[in-house]
Amino acid sequence: MASTDSEIANTQEERKKMEQQLASLTSVTFDVDLYGGGSDTRFDGYERSIAVNEDDDVPDAGESEVARKLASYTAPKSVLKEMPRGVGEDDNGGDLGGFKKPQKIIDREDDYRRRRLNRMISPDRNDAFAMGDKTPDVSVRTYADVMKEEALKREKEETLREIAKKKKEEEELKGKGGPERGSRDDGAAAAAAPSQKRRNRWDQNQELDGGAKKAKTLSSAAAAASSDWDMPDSTPGIGRWDATPTPGRAADATPSISRRNRWDETPTPGRVADADATPAAGGATPGATPSGMTWDATPKLAGTATPTPKRQRSRWDETPATMGSATPMPGATPAAAYTPGVTPVGGVDMATPTPGAINLRGAITPEQYNLLRWEKDIEERNRPLTDEELDAMFPQEGYKILDPPASYVPIRTPARKLLATPTPLGTPLYQIPEENRGQQFDVPKEAPGGLPFMKPEDYQYFGALLNEDEEEKLTPEEQKERKIMKLLLKVKNGTPPQRKTALRQLTDKAREFGAGPLFNRILPLLMQPTLEDQERHLLVKVIDRVLYKLDELVRPFVHKILVVIEPLLIDEDYYARVEGREIISNLSKAAGLATMIAAMRPDIDNIDEYVRNTTARAFSVVASALGIPALLPFLKAVCQSKKSWQARHTGIKIVQQIAILIGCAVLPHLRSLVEIIEHGLNDENQKVRTITALSLAALAEASAPYGIESFDSVLKPLWKGIRSHRGKVLAAFLKAIGFIIPLMDAIYASYYTKEVMFILIREFQSPDEEMKKIVLKVVKQCVSTEGVEADYIRSDILPEFFRNFWVRRMALDRRNYKQLVETTVEIANKVGVADIVGRIVEDLKDESEPYRRMVMETIEKVVANLGASDIDARLEELLIDGILYAFQEQTSDDANVMLNGFGAVVNSLGQRVKPYLPQICGTIKWRLNNKSAKVRQQAADLISRIAVIMTQCHEEQLMGHLGVVLYEYLGEEYPEVLGSILGALKAIVNVIGMTKMTPPIKDLLPRLTPILKNRHEKVQENCIDLVGRIADRGAEFVPAREWMRICFELLEMLKAHKKGIRRATVNTFGYIAKAIGPQDVLATLLNNLKVQERQNRVCTTVAIAIVAETCSPFTVLPALMNEYRVPELNVQNGVLKSLSFLFEYIGEMGKDYIYAVTPLLEDALMDRDLVHRQTAASAVKHMALGVAGLGCEDALVHLLNYGLFHPARKVREVYWKIYNSLYIGAQDTLVAAYPILEDEENNIFRRPELAILLFNCSVTVSFSCSLFSFIVDMVELFRAAVNSFDDQPFFVLKNYVGDGASSSSVSMLNDSMRVSNSISLCCIICEDGKVVKFLESEGARRGAWTKGIVLGVEMTIWASKGAPK
Amino acid sequence: MTVLVYGIDALASTSNMGCIKASDRFNINSQLEHLQAKHVGTGHADLNRFEWAVNIQRDSYASYVGHYPILAYFAIAENESIGRERYNFMQKMLLPCGLPPEREDD
Repeated sequence: MASTDSEIANTQEERKKMEQQLASLTSVTFDVDLYGGGSDTRFDGYERSIAVNEDDDVPDAGESEVARKLASYTAPKSVLKEMPRGVGEDDNGGDLGGFKKPQKIIDREDDYRRRRLNRMISPDRNDAFAMGDKTPDVSVRTYADVMKEEALKREKEETLREIAKKKKEEEELKGKGGPERGSRDDGAAAAAAPSQKRRNRWDQNQELDGGAKKAKTLSSAAAAASSDWDMPDSTPGIGRWDATPTPGRAADATPSISRRNRWDETPTPGRVADADATPAAGGATPGATPSGMTWDATPKLAGTATPTPKRQRSRWDETPATMGSATPMPGATPAAAYTPGVTPVGGVDMATPTPGAINLRGAITPEQYNLLRWEKDIEERNRPLTDEELDAMFPQEGYKILDPPASYVPIRTPARKLLATPTPLGTPLYQIPEENRGQQFDVPKEAPGGLPFMKPEDYQYFGALLNEDEEEKLTPEEQKERKIMKLLLKVKNGTPPQRKTALRQLTDKAREFGAGPLFNRILPLLMQPTLEDQERHLLVKVIDRVLYKLDELVRPFVHKILVVIEPLLIDEDYYARVEGREIISNLSKAAGLATMIAAMRPDIDNIDEYVRNTTARAFSVVASALGIPALLPFLKAVCQSKKSWQARHTGIKIVQQIAILIGCAVLPHLRSLVEIIEHGLNDENQKVRTITALSLAALAEASAPYGIESFDSVLKPLWKGIRSHRGKVLAAFLKAIGFIIPLMDAIYASYYTKEVMFILIREFQSPDEEMKKIVLKVVKQCVSTEGVEADYIRSDILPEFFRNFWVRRMALDRRNYKQLVETTVEIANKVGVADIVGRIVEDLKDESEPYRRMVMETIEKVVANLGASDIDARLEELLIDGILYAFQEQTSDDANVMLNGFGAVVNSLGQRVKPYLPQICGTIKWRLNNKSAKVRQQAADLISRIAVIMTQCHEEQLMGHLGVVLYEYLGEEYPEVLGSILGALKAIVNVIGMTKMTPPIKDLLPRLTPILKNRHEKVQENCIDLVGRIADRGAEFVPAREWMRICFELLEMLKAHKKGIRRATVNTFGYIAKAIGPQDVLATLLNNLKVQERQNRVCTTVAIAIVAETCSPFTVLPALMNEYRVPELNVQNGVLKSLSFLFEYIGEMGKDYIYAVTPLLEDALMDRDLVHRQTAASAVKHMALGVAGLGCEDALVHLLNYGLFHPARKVREVYWKIYNSLYIGAQDTLVAAYPILEDEENNIFRRPELAILLFNCSVTVSFSCSLFSFIVDMVELFRAAVNSFDDQPFFVLKNYVGDGASSSSVSMLNDSMRVSNSISLCCIICEDGKVVKFLESEGARRGAWTKGIVLGVEMTIWASKGAPK
Repeated sequence: MTVLVYGIDALASTSNMGCIKASDRFNINSQLEHLQAKHVGTGHADLNRFEWAVNIQRDSYASYVGHYPILAYFAIAENESIGRERYNFMQKMLLPCGLPPEREDD
């Protein structure tokens, strides 16, 4: 015995050794740059764009921002935002410039979402409001009918479930005897069973932990997840019925109606018709038929056995179904002609049906179409090779052709032949197929009459449009229908202008077309399985517009619309969800609450969970549209439904969705909402209990941090519940508690936390992933609450927490990882850095890399949040040791976590890191020399992270040393690494300054010049940043010649794709010009205006403007204006553009240069080339904005006149257009800005009243002064007061005291005088100086001559020059 | 002469460019008409001095009448009641610039 044991031990040890060897082999780091491997994700960690300024990532607030004082020289955003065009565009990958290939919705949907296709567009319903008091006609479906149907369906479901159950029991009894046979019998049920199990799996559920994200309100994840929760526990039946896809379902509806038909006492013929085909002329049924058709017609479905035929059906049941499919539709509905009855594979004599023939018939589903195409393709490839072909393929010699063995018989039985190669059965031998050039598989028939291109799948819906000839024979109804179809096709497939007009027509004529015909056309299209996002968006838009017009006419169609719109609410695309919400909200406003409830009530306890889920979401939208109070009574009733747990479940779910949708707006209704659902916590059904807890969680989340009093009533059941429940229900309860605790006051929070904590700690050990996430989340919520003390956490939570959660396994799942890090950080906020870091610091040396990374990330966040002051010397040592180890041992592509962690720790330790710096730098130096590019890159990146701290620790010498090392590595061949090295150099230069830099700048810069040629983006960016920095701060260290050389290199960089690079480049031009004087730089730039590329020229103009701003405009303007004389379009435009930027940058400074450039602008404004005029106009604009209020109006008006009264009509037109926009926008304001026109012989053009100046002047005159002399003084005074009136005629003032002056104006003046206790003089001065009215107030007569105050005198000075002739 | 040129131009545009171009032009014109029907004071490339001046005058009077403080200001200045001022301005809005000058080309 002992010997065997030792043997086992030996073997185990050996194996371990081998494993270690293997491990060491596998851990060899391959050079990813050489060997590829995740090359796409390789750069994820890096900032791809390093901001030149801090505000790089701030979205542009608007173009006008530039007008502010510029903090640094930069090009206008409009230019920088522009992507370079032309050259180099192609090497951007197959991206097609951001155009996405159209994507079918169905391709990205999961199975759950695809269930939308199972739904049937139900027939129209009765509009109770339109009926008034009349009893509804029997042929219309009323609310009662629908409810009855639903009830029947449910009953049937129940029965079937019972039957299945019984069968199963029987099976189990029989099971011992013949298990194999039993399983075959119940094939469908067996197939459903695993799917059922899978659906109930926990890990699919995402809703529980996703609570924090409000943005995800109706997110896809939640949608899928809640469905898992909602699945009834024991419903083998449902699984079975769901497993049979649509056809069964579509067919199901028919027998159920027909059955009613049979049992109804008064069978109405209309009934049958309304399910199968609406009376709408000639059309296939609006709802049922086309959707059924699509699926029925699919060959694969026709081929496989649907359960329908299996079931025992009475003749009664069958009749309508066959009738529905076999009846040839009258009129032009080719869609109906192609029935599921006809097998697409055809008869024996025509094994491959010519697709052309089907094409002609118009009806072909995309599935069929694809199948045919595919079949043909395969057939072509798989045809037998002829002898000639074989001869051609094989060498002539060395082979011998053998006879086939005598026993060989070629396969003749069709069943054994591959289905995919249906060679014609009539000819056993191969026959070369005749080439038929007439066949067009891919090119659909040309659509007539300017209609847009029709896709094969559109034929089903729009096929009728193809036969034009009978246009005249159609009835008005049919013509209307046709018109709608045309418009819809244009909206769906047309060009944007076509689409726009069609959409407008549909909207305008919506009421004329009528709700019925419109929706009967639109809605089936939305159910089309091959719909693309864009198409759906457009069709939904149509519905939205039409809804608005139709208003209450939509009522009968509400349910139909909901069937197609509800799936949008759980779409994964955010915009689709928003769109869906908008439509439903508009719909509920148009149809009213009563109709909405009537339409949706039957779906609330639908047997299909999908339907209930979407209905709940739709209801929440209705609630937000029409107000929660309106819906409360209904919700209350539904949540208390005794009939079915499904209704209760959905009702409670509606509350949940309301909370998610409207957020804090639930607060006013919080109490009533909680009251409505609270009984659900004790419901007999587990699903209901779960959803209730989840709804409470959602309500608490939405109302945080208020509203705890509303939850009082549920606290007890919740806390009781966590003791009695297990599994999912417990998880849901915990979740609710987690969201409620943060609302509580500190004392209560502390108490309740302690209550819940021991359950949580028990569940720490739960193997269930979902439970883990919830527990982590709840711990986080509890811990962050005010009342929970650090000591308590330390003693009661931490040990278990770390024992159970800080294990390697947690790092493997991304969501667990994230949640654990978050929770730990939250705990650290309470208990401090030392506790947490102390516990996990050892794990930095763990052997699992993902785990190390998780530790690193946590430490980074904790230290960044709380600083490192709590960390003692020992821990500090461990920490540095750990991060160094973790940094060195990393092998994965994502280096960012380690770098950030390193950076955060070092930065927070500050000067305490000094003793470790030599060691760190040693590591860096060693790793810079590593043969793996990745390692070198990380080392260089680390330098840029710790450079600031190194200066703080006064390690200039070390940094200088590192600078030299980096300098030596500038020959690096991997661009990624080179970029990082440049970045590291930049960081060092930034902190130690130009003078202390080693290597000296004069050596460093010439080494950088050739690197500027490098076309790699990261290299370019870092290099230009470094060069720009040197040009800015240390230009004097480098000879001017070198700077000129750099200027030439910089021109090339203007082509860069990245905005940051272009911006840094133009800035650098400014710095260089400042350093070496503008002349040479300018000459280079002006020459560059001649190049062909637009992008390059634009950047050059920006650079010129920047140079002008840096070195004063007068150094640049002469050369620039001289350049305008070059008779070359590009150059002239470039000059104008430079002027435009220049005046934009220099702002007020522009007033000195306006008169200088005016002649040039005159010329440009009159140029034949419109770009000239445009650019000149933009230059004038910037000029005008810069000099507003500086007295340059004459020149500006002069320039404006070049526009409004330009001799060329085209130019005038544009200017008048601008004038008109001005006029419409601010007509009133323009009054003050109109030009002064002189009177002509018969016409008065002047507006003298505007020159009235009401003056209240300050004057001190002696009492003895006579009135006249006073007046004379006044004139002088006015002159002095208003400088601008200097050139006006002098004023004559006239005494106006006394008689007749008792008007309101005088009393008003008196009031003002009493207040100011001063004299007020009022005079009216007209511009020509003829009239003058003068008022002297009571106060003046009393002689109260004191200092007065100028009342609000608005002086507007009219430049009387430049009025148009 | 101008008429002739214009005619040829129109002919060319209808024959060569097809109906799209023509409809576009129609659109722009109709837009302009619409604009001018809605906002009387808007201008166009063929506006003459007198017409523009009339618009300016009317706009100014309308603006005075619409702003009570301005009316009050004028009333003080001219020593009239505010109502009188308002009335005067309204009256002036009829033929603010007098009779239109006779067309030279007519």
